[in-house]
Amino acid sequence: MREEIVIRAEGLTKKFGSFVATDHITFEVRRGEIFGFLGANGAGKTTAMRMLCGLSQPSEGRAQVAGYDVATEYEQVKRHIGYMSQKFSLYDDLTVEENLRLFGGIYGMERGRVEEKIGELLGELGFETGRKTMVGSLPMGWKQKLSFSLAIFHEPGIVFLDEPTGGVDPVTRRQFWELIYRAADRGITVFVTTHYMDEAEYCDRVSIMVDGRIDALGTPAELKAQFGGPTMYEVFYALARTAKRGD
Amino acid sequence: MPIVRVENLRKRYGRGRVEALRGVTFDVEEGEIFGLIGPDGAGKTTLFRILTTLLLADSGDAEVDGMDVRKDYKAIRRHIGYMPGRFSLYQDLTVEENLSFFASVFETTIEENYHLVEDIYGQIEPFKGRRAGKLSGGMKQKLALSCALIHSPRVLFLDEPTTGVDPVSRREFWEMLRRLKERFGLSIIVSTPYMDEAVRCDRIGLIEEGRLLTIDTPSGIVGSYGQTLWAVRSDKMHKLLTDLRGIGGVRTAFAFGESHHATIDPKALDMAALRDRLKGLGHVGISIEEAEPTIEDCFMSLQKGIKK
Repeated sequence: MREEIVIRAEGLTKKFGSFVATDHITFEVRRGEIFGFLGANGAGKTTAMRMLCGLSQPSEGRAQVAGYDVATEYEQVKRHIGYMSQKFSLYDDLTVEENLRLFGGIYGMERGRVEEKIGELLGELGFETGRKTMVGSLPMGWKQKLSFSLAIFHEPGIVFLDEPTGGVDPVTRRQFWELIYRAADRGITVFVTTHYMDEAEYCDRVSIMVDGRIDALGTPAELKAQFGGPTMYEVFYALARTAKRGD
Repeated sequence: MPIVRVENLRKRYGRGRVEALRGVTFDVEEGEIFGLIGPDGAGKTTLFRILTTLLLADSGDAEVDGMDVRKDYKAIRRHIGYMPGRFSLYQDLTVEENLSFFASVFETTIEENYHLVEDIYGQIEPFKGRRAGKLSGGMKQKLALSCALIHSPRVLFLDEPTTGVDPVSRREFWEMLRRLKERFGLSIIVSTPYMDEAVRCDRIGLIEEGRLLTIDTPSGIVGSYGQTLWAVRSDKMHKLLTDLRGIGGVRTAFAFGESHHATIDPKALDMAALRDRLKGLGHVGISIEEAEPTIEDCFMSLQKGIKK
């Protein structure tokens, strides 16, 4: 079976005046892959991710996400992806199920399907008792897990996670990765940024951006062999240290 | 005498519904880097706001440099530097204007205390005419630290200075703190959600849900882990985690970077038996080695109610 490419970037570039934030990056991500998108602050990750999510127009180059061109078919791109950031939050003064219904509605899901999905999701999280709880009163860890479930609630082919585990306690951080694995097992492609280098090890493949370029791309094992580091931390350090661009 | 004393501090929010601090007690010695390590919502910021006299505790006592946070708040404010978690400088003032503003509020000048900030401010001085709002994240952080230092405080309070910062910049930041301590004998209290930063501190308190789980030196905490920790690997890491948790005698199993960390009841299971079980479940390339616990392992074992 042919491996299906769900993200394809070719020379994708974003300039702000004379500043090249993202500098001709080229890569592919396969269906069901967990792709770690690493880089130092200011390396151009956020800019690249905004283009891939259809939120920002490339200056040069092109990218297809879920089969749609990010420059011309960005509305389609937005419909077919999920997105979660550390800051992305649910509505505190709605209950868990109200939040899920709201987002289901925004994505134009059919009412019956929404109710069915709410049941499935709460069952999978082991959180049936929390259905009518106000989100504001939930512990941080639950909010984070719910945010992720919400990001994939409309069954997108790809989910973009921007530092999803920042500030999360160590046990919840690991439970969160369990959810990522489960989503990937169901064929959802996971595109994730993180500053935790142990999490880079959990990715199928990892790219590392330096000064707007992708300077390394491979499985964690390949990168460790290539850069001679015992862990991804050393690999990251060896690359990020070469950055010319100030942050 | 400790530079900071905290005695059974308690604080509730939201008409008493949220218990942010549930009786926190610790001391910080003069010239020490003390780390408060825990996840978001653990109570770190509440504690900082009480110690910097910006918030009153419901009960308990706290002293900074021998002064009471309730009665002597004005004097305390002259003697401490505070870097809040959120960037709080004037975005439309330049780098230099921000620093001289903070100096003037404390009736001093940049020149008078330049030696204190030279190492840090020197790095952003080439951009001193740039508006603070236009700085990169790393430069903002350096400016904020300079502004917290410019009046020559006795104690620095840094609330999550490295959150969202990449590993390379984090390491540089900790090196700056180390030099401040060594050169000027500053006492520094710093909070962080990153467990790997614990080793940069002289002593740490692990905090969760408004309670300190333990207070000790990083090596002291690691030394009292009290169990043998095993790093387990195979060619199918994700399946391995599920399988480990299903094997009798395995107490805990967590993903830990390139291996899984497991604790095992030695009476119920030895390593040869574990290896056989894993082989039987279809694993190849099995490796089981004793591992040195990290602060993160310790935090997880101290967290209440953790499930296998």
